[in-house]
Amino acid sequence: MELQLQYFLLLAAALFCIGIYGLITSRNAVRVLMSIELLLNAVNLNLIGFSNFLDPVAIKGQVFAVFVLTVAAAEAAVGLAIILAIYRNRETIDMEQFNLLKW
Amino acid sequence: MNLAEGIQIVSFAILAATTIGAALGVVLFNQIVYSAFLLGGVFISIAGLYILLNADFVAAAQVLIYVGAINVLILFAIMLVNKRYDFEPVANRWVRQASTAVVCLGVFALLSTTVLATPWAISTASTVTAESTTVIIGKHFFSDFLLPFELASVLLLMAMVGAIILARRDFIPDQISTATEPPQTALTLPERPRELTPAASNATESSN
Repeated sequence: MELQLQYFLLLAAALFCIGIYGLITSRNAVRVLMSIELLLNAVNLNLIGFSNFLDPVAIKGQVFAVFVLTVAAAEAAVGLAIILAIYRNRETIDMEQFNLLKW
Repeated sequence: MNLAEGIQIVSFAILAATTIGAALGVVLFNQIVYSAFLLGGVFISIAGLYILLNADFVAAAQVLIYVGAINVLILFAIMLVNKRYDFEPVANRWVRQASTAVVCLGVFALLSTTVLATPWAISTASTVTAESTTVIIGKHFFSDFLLPFELASVLLLMAMVGAIILARRDFIPDQISTATEPPQTALTLPERPRELTPAASNATESSN
C-alpha cells in the first residue's frame, strides 16, 4: 500500500466542493474571495498530483501550477481592491446588498 | 521521495484531515478573522501535500505567495472593512444553503466516481530525477513556456495598476482656489485623504 493518485484527486475534489459551497452561500464579500482561493488550491493540487504520477520526468503540471499561483495573486489584489471600492460607496460588504449591476 | 511508505500514508492522512477541517472552518465560521487564519492553515497543509508529491519548488512558492502575500492581503482587507454588525436576515436562507449543500455533495459524488472509475495511465518511469525540480521548471519557463511566462508578467503589471486605480481615493476638485499650497508638480497625486468621520465633520460645520 502506497500513495495513490486517487487519494489526492479525492482530496482535491472535496476541497473544490467546499470552496463552491462557500462561494455560493457566504454573505461576506471577503469570504467569497477566500472561497475562490480554496478553488484555485484544489485545482493546483490536481495539477501537481497529475504531474507527479503521470508525468514525473518533464514536470509540466508544476509549471502550470506556478502560473495558477500567479493568476491567484493578481486575482486577490484586484478583488480586494474592488471590495474596498464598493465598501467606500456602500458602507457594507454584504453580498445581498450589492445590487450595483442590477438592470 | 525517500520516506517510507507508512510515513507517507500517515503524513498524507494528517495533512488531508487538516486541509479538509480548516477548509470547512473557513466556510462555516461566523467570525471572518478566524476564517482568514484557518485559510493560512489550509495553504500550509497544501504545501505539505506538495512536498509529498515531490514538488518542492511549488511548495516553497505556495508558502511564500499564499501565506506570505495573499493571506496577509486578506487580513488587511478584513481590518479595513471591519464593521461589526450582523447582516440583515434574509427570508428562506436555509433553503439556499441546503440546496447548495445538496448540489455540492452531488458534484463531489460525481467527481469521486469519475476519479475511481477512470483507469489512469500511471507512469512507470522512475520518479527519482537527476535534476532538482527547480532546474526543470526553470528550463520549461525559458524554453517552451516562454510566451506564457512573459504574459504572466504583463498580467501581474496590469493587476497592479488596476488594483491601485480601483482602490485609490476620490478626487478633490477644489484645489485651484487654495493658493497657499505649494505649486502642484507633476509627481504629486491630486487627491487628499477622505475624512474618516463625515458625521462628526458635518456636526462641527453646522455648529460653526
